[in-house]
Amino acid sequence: MTVNSSISREELQESLETRTVEHTHDEAANSMFGFIVFLLSESIIFLSFFAGYIVYKTTTPDWLPPGVEGLEVREPAINTVILVSSSFVIYFAELALKRHNMWGFRLLWLTTMAMGSYFLYGQAVEWNSLHFTVTSGVFGGMFYLLTGFHGLHVFTGVVLQLIMLVRSLIPGNYDKGHFGVDATSLFWHFVDVIWIILFLLIYIWQ
Amino acid sequence: MTNTQIEKPKIAEPHHPPTTWKTYFTFSTDHKVIGIQYIVTSFLFFLIGGIFAMIIRGELITPEADLVDRTVYNAMFTMHGTIMLFLWTFPVLVGLANYLVPLMIGARDMAFPRLNAVAFWMVPVFGIILMASFFLPGGPAQAGWWSYPPVSLQNPTGNLINGQFLWLIAVAISGVSSIMGGVNFVTTIVKMRAPGMTFFRMPAYVWAVFSAQIIQLFGLPALTAGAVMLLLDLSIGTAFFDPAKGGNAVLFQHFFWFYSHPAVYVIILPVFGIFSEIFPVYSRKPLFGYKVVAVSSLLIAGVSGFVWVHHMFASGTPAWMRIVFMISTMFVSVPTGIKVFAWVATIWGGKLRLTTPMLFALGGLIMFVFAGITGIMLSSVPIDIHVNNTYFVVGHFHYVLYGTVTMGMFAAFYHWFPKMTGRMYYEGLGKLHFWLSFIGTNLNFLPMHPLGLQGMLRRVASYDPEYAFWNVIASIGGFLLGMSTLPFILNMIGSWVQGEKAPDNPWRAIGLEWLVASPPPVENFEEIPVVISEPYGYGKSEPLTANLEKQELIKDLN
Ligand code: HEM
Ligand SMILES: [Cu+2]
Repeated sequence: MTVNSSISREELQESLETRTVEHTHDEAANSMFGFIVFLLSESIIFLSFFAGYIVYKTTTPDWLPPGVEGLEVREPAINTVILVSSSFVIYFAELALKRHNMWGFRLLWLTTMAMGSYFLYGQAVEWNSLHFTVTSGVFGGMFYLLTGFHGLHVFTGVVLQLIMLVRSLIPGNYDKGHFGVDATSLFWHFVDVIWIILFLLIYIWQ
Repeated sequence: MTNTQIEKPKIAEPHHPPTTWKTYFTFSTDHKVIGIQYIVTSFLFFLIGGIFAMIIRGELITPEADLVDRTVYNAMFTMHGTIMLFLWTFPVLVGLANYLVPLMIGARDMAFPRLNAVAFWMVPVFGIILMASFFLPGGPAQAGWWSYPPVSLQNPTGNLINGQFLWLIAVAISGVSSIMGGVNFVTTIVKMRAPGMTFFRMPAYVWAVFSAQIIQLFGLPALTAGAVMLLLDLSIGTAFFDPAKGGNAVLFQHFFWFYSHPAVYVIILPVFGIFSEIFPVYSRKPLFGYKVVAVSSLLIAGVSGFVWVHHMFASGTPAWMRIVFMISTMFVSVPTGIKVFAWVATIWGGKLRLTTPMLFALGGLIMFVFAGITGIMLSSVPIDIHVNNTYFVVGHFHYVLYGTVTMGMFAAFYHWFPKMTGRMYYEGLGKLHFWLSFIGTNLNFLPMHPLGLQGMLRRVASYDPEYAFWNVIASIGGFLLGMSTLPFILNMIGSWVQGEKAPDNPWRAIGLEWLVASPPPVENFEEIPVVISEPYGYGKSEPLTANLEKQELIKDLN
């Protein structure tokens, strides 16, 4: 068979224009996309733990360890409100950055950090007051596993926020793009959503 | 023209120094170097896993446990399975994909080159951690590659750092590395395609890698969750999976198989992709039903998330659930069957060239068909209850893992060897390798089916003398397989060092990777290609890209 490679320029031109060009070398966009994919994947770990929790809760005969009544809800509920509100604060921080209001950004960002740290503090106080440990049956294990793993994420979030804050003090750093800030903020929302599910599962559904 | 929007090549920026053999021992961020690093590392582990297989078959050549003692035997099959899966099949496929995907989609590199390098270097790290367990008191893990509790929770030595502990750490590192890889591949394939390379112009191999990596991203975290809980049980004495403390051992099986069944498709989908690349080239015909073949990969990935309980038919699973999972499992055979049909239709009536890659692909296809049949048998609850934990299962999955995946990998190695090294391999040695493997695989693993049907259990070091006949044959086949690697190693090293120089497109294949030099330059493409037609245009006259000079390389010369 002979080869016909003499496609006219017009034809070529047309085919190039009609067929969509899906092409990008925009690094920030790639990173954001990759980060979202990562968070989706990360959420499966939490979902697995939640699934495990539900299985244990519904099938274990001696669910609560002896001497344990149940969990105190009041303090964790306050903590929840603080964490959820911080998601709004960080949103406005991002907005301020987009409007190049650097001091507004720093102030709101710092507020988020304070709220996140307070959440961690509240959790530490709670852990300290509990009368069961991680080896107190599957309940104890599940409780500390879930809250601990989530707390680790909050901690990571606060560290990331600190890094972003320090970077914002160097002039011109966020003039062009601020992938780090966007990613940290997305991560914060993620940690927040996970907490809401967690709170409903272990504190409300007792 | 769209062309003008493309960034000019940043060749001046030398983040990739030229490749010499020393490059392979450095923290390189070039996807081609990383690809070869993966491939060579995992092949070394394949050899170690193979030596363990020889010890297993040596033990089983006689009914008595006389070669090694029973705990050593347990460690042997555990390490064999673990190494073959986590250090051979997974990394080698990632390695090949690393090498090929950017070239095939017209990109200069992966989306995150540094992440890519980190993910690779974790492989030798966890390999070494795993091997280090040989030097611990009590030796390596002995609970099989599934590590089911409560067996995996036994700790006769009483040390915290025992074989099982290192095993879990290694598997966790392997998981982290694979998730990094998954993020990188999915981002690369979605975001880095050359202009005009729409989804339906991507080679079927890229579709397959994409689907496989999606499974990694959404399945692997479940295993990680289970592994973390098991690690806590083992180290600090939590009760998750320990029935003695009120835990639920079967829950571990769910976590495990929720990932590990789909993991089978992580392994096999890229091999299907390899078949889809190889059959058209050596038959000189377009891939039959390309779009269906492409989409069926995603379909398989999707369905694979709903079948895991078929590994637990005998684990006290309630009857209704067994039926549900039996049906969903059988459903996987639909998209898989479509693929097989498409390959046969591609080969049918083509001008076949029986070179080594084509032989390996054909052999792999034949063995896959056989494995598919025994697989459907296993998905039926009554049969599975009967042969569960027998050699029938071992036979089935070795037809998949050796017959299809490993043979498919060899097909890929030979096919892309000229591209990777710029040298031709020796055809004679390649054919010898093929025939030894093909005969060896069948001699080794076919007898396992009658053995299993007669009731020989797996993971036993000794057996009833009535099973002796088939075991001797299987062992002979095993040793043949072991030997078959020698011509391969000779061939690869020999040709890389002093093989004939390879042309840029020795097989007259169609694909972006064949439009660049062999081996490809550091930045892959001088100018990013603009793709203007579907892949697999064998016998058609459309050029593949609008702007690359070397078009004449892939004119169909039929
Ligand atoms: C010469 C080649 C090979 C031989 C002779 C061989 C032999 C065996 C045998 C006899 C067993 C059963 C051990 C038992 O249950 O007691 C086994 C298990 C296994 N093999 Fe292979 N094998 C070979 C190659 C491979 C390859 C290439 C793979 C994967 C790519 C693989 C993956 C596995 C796995 C996952 C297990 C299960 C281990 C376990 O039960 O924990 N094998 N092999
Ligand atoms: Cu399965």
